[in-house]
Amino acid sequence: MFTLNRKRAVPLMAILASGATLAQGPNLGEPVSPEDLVAWDITIMPDGSGLPPGSGTAAQGEPIFAEKCAWCHGANGEGGTSARLVGGEPLTNGIDTAKTIANFWPYATTLFDLTRRAMPWQQPRTLTDDEVYALTAYLLALNDIIDEGDVMNASTLPEVQMPNRDGFIPRFPERMP
Amino acid sequence: MVMRRGEGVMQTKDTVLNWDDLQPVAENGLLDRRAFFKGGAAFAAAMTGYTLGDSTAAQQLVDAPWSRGAGNLVTAYGTPSRYEAEVSRALSNPEGLPRTQHGRTPHHLLNGTFTPNGLHFVISHSGNPDIDPDQHRLVIHGLVQRPLSFTLDALMRYPMVSRMTFLECGGNSAPLFSPEPIDTTAQLIHGLVSCAEWTGVMLSTLLEETGLDPGAKWFVAEGSDSMAPHRSVPIAKALDDTMIALYQNGERLRPDNGYPMRLLLPGWEGNMNVKWLRRIELTDSPAMGYYEARTYAPILPDGKAYRFYFLQEVKSFITHPSPSLNLSGAGLYEISGVAYSGNGRVSKVMVSADGGQTWAKAALQEPVQPKAFTRFRVPWRWDGGPAVLQSRAWDEAGNVQPTRAELIARRGQASRVPTNPLRVLSQHYNGPTSWGIESNGEVRNVYA
Repeated sequence: MFTLNRKRAVPLMAILASGATLAQGPNLGEPVSPEDLVAWDITIMPDGSGLPPGSGTAAQGEPIFAEKCAWCHGANGEGGTSARLVGGEPLTNGIDTAKTIANFWPYATTLFDLTRRAMPWQQPRTLTDDEVYALTAYLLALNDIIDEGDVMNASTLPEVQMPNRDGFIPRFPERMP
Repeated sequence: MVMRRGEGVMQTKDTVLNWDDLQPVAENGLLDRRAFFKGGAAFAAAMTGYTLGDSTAAQQLVDAPWSRGAGNLVTAYGTPSRYEAEVSRALSNPEGLPRTQHGRTPHHLLNGTFTPNGLHFVISHSGNPDIDPDQHRLVIHGLVQRPLSFTLDALMRYPMVSRMTFLECGGNSAPLFSPEPIDTTAQLIHGLVSCAEWTGVMLSTLLEETGLDPGAKWFVAEGSDSMAPHRSVPIAKALDDTMIALYQNGERLRPDNGYPMRLLLPGWEGNMNVKWLRRIELTDSPAMGYYEARTYAPILPDGKAYRFYFLQEVKSFITHPSPSLNLSGAGLYEISGVAYSGNGRVSKVMVSADGGQTWAKAALQEPVQPKAFTRFRVPWRWDGGPAVLQSRAWDEAGNVQPTRAELIARRGQASRVPTNPLRVLSQHYNGPTSWGIESNGEVRNVYA
């Protein structure tokens, strides 16, 4: 291993003894358990795996949206300094048609994943899981994809059928696993 | 200086080059690329500079002030001459508003094939994190036999590899989807591609230690910036040429290119090359994250959209001349630019001076490396009349840049000219770029 002594004017390189040959691999990774990874292991898959316990409704999401999201996305999700979240034109209007939850997003799980992972932009990963479910429900209901009273949780969210679910083709099918 | 036909005879070590020997090989003044090999350095020295003025009036040479005293101190980390201050990235969001920031490479002010680190293009979705390298960890988990966490010090002990690779945002060149040409520069059109030498540990080396479960078909890479962006990559790429890059052009990665480590997928869509990499999860299917399910999925004319484009296809563009590098009078010029392909080496570049009607083969600067910038050059005698310059590249896999008409027929074009030229209209434009030369020497983006 090479270590750099930052206190010296001239960097000192020290070669320390290495027990393993390269062919066997340095084997310097430390074992890591699922418990160690709770804060990082945040990916939600389209089948819903990774979704946490908890639930929320559109009515619960509305005040959270007004407080934490409307600043950038507009009071009614119509867009502002950040993307429009409601409505949207048919994709046949042009290749530069604005992509929205209603006209483009294929999976509702992606909406939960992005909201929990990255929002609010200035304070990501500060929402509770219930708040993320509630915001997801609010945005899906605003877009008439679910009913106002529908409860979003780990079993209902993956079942939501997004309007553009089947609107995609792989560019290079031979490269798809 | 401007050399005109029949004006001079250039003596070099190996050969004598007479301007009269320069053979036109295509219309509107394109000359045989082999003039470079015959004439060598003397030929290059005789080329007209794009920004030079009238050089016919010789001046008496004097000792300049900088030649008559001790110079400035050597600094611990060098910076460019103060006369080069305009050689800088173009920023899309200099105020740091809560949205993505882009910094675009000034291709028209650079040459060769390496992009200096401070000018390499950058896209940061939530700013550059200030990562303490001693606390950073790279975790590999999911469908593996032994989930492992690596420190930077640990990775530094693994066998390393260096390679030249271009990196290109899927949205690079998007202004060319506009239905009318946008009057802007090569920097703003093509500034989201750069090329560097990257050094790091192959992901396959680390996967040998974690082991793979048979069901592992993808890996999902995730960054440690506040947005924690993630992208799904087929396992075949992991076992091919995916690198955990630690160095860029010989020095540690800069913060805006992923310090202390980033994913490097040579030839693949820039956004997939996750910066500030902290987690790789092996999975049986793609995560359908925001960037793959929504953003990097270009809409097609029939309303469907491509998903998992992966590749940056063969492309080229002329950097010299290009808008803002105007011609300073009729005479001999070198046309040059960059070509690259995510499929391997560039095999051929053709250049036209008449809007694509006739073509001359360009000289390719050696070494031509796979998935890296290749500089191409061709001599051109501008007669002072209108001209439209274009380049077109082929790669070793047999792919060729489509014409703009072919590409638009397949991919469509934007419904209207954007009010902001930086708006990303669609992605993966790899058609040609046309530079129109006006008789006053001005260069403009045109369609031909």
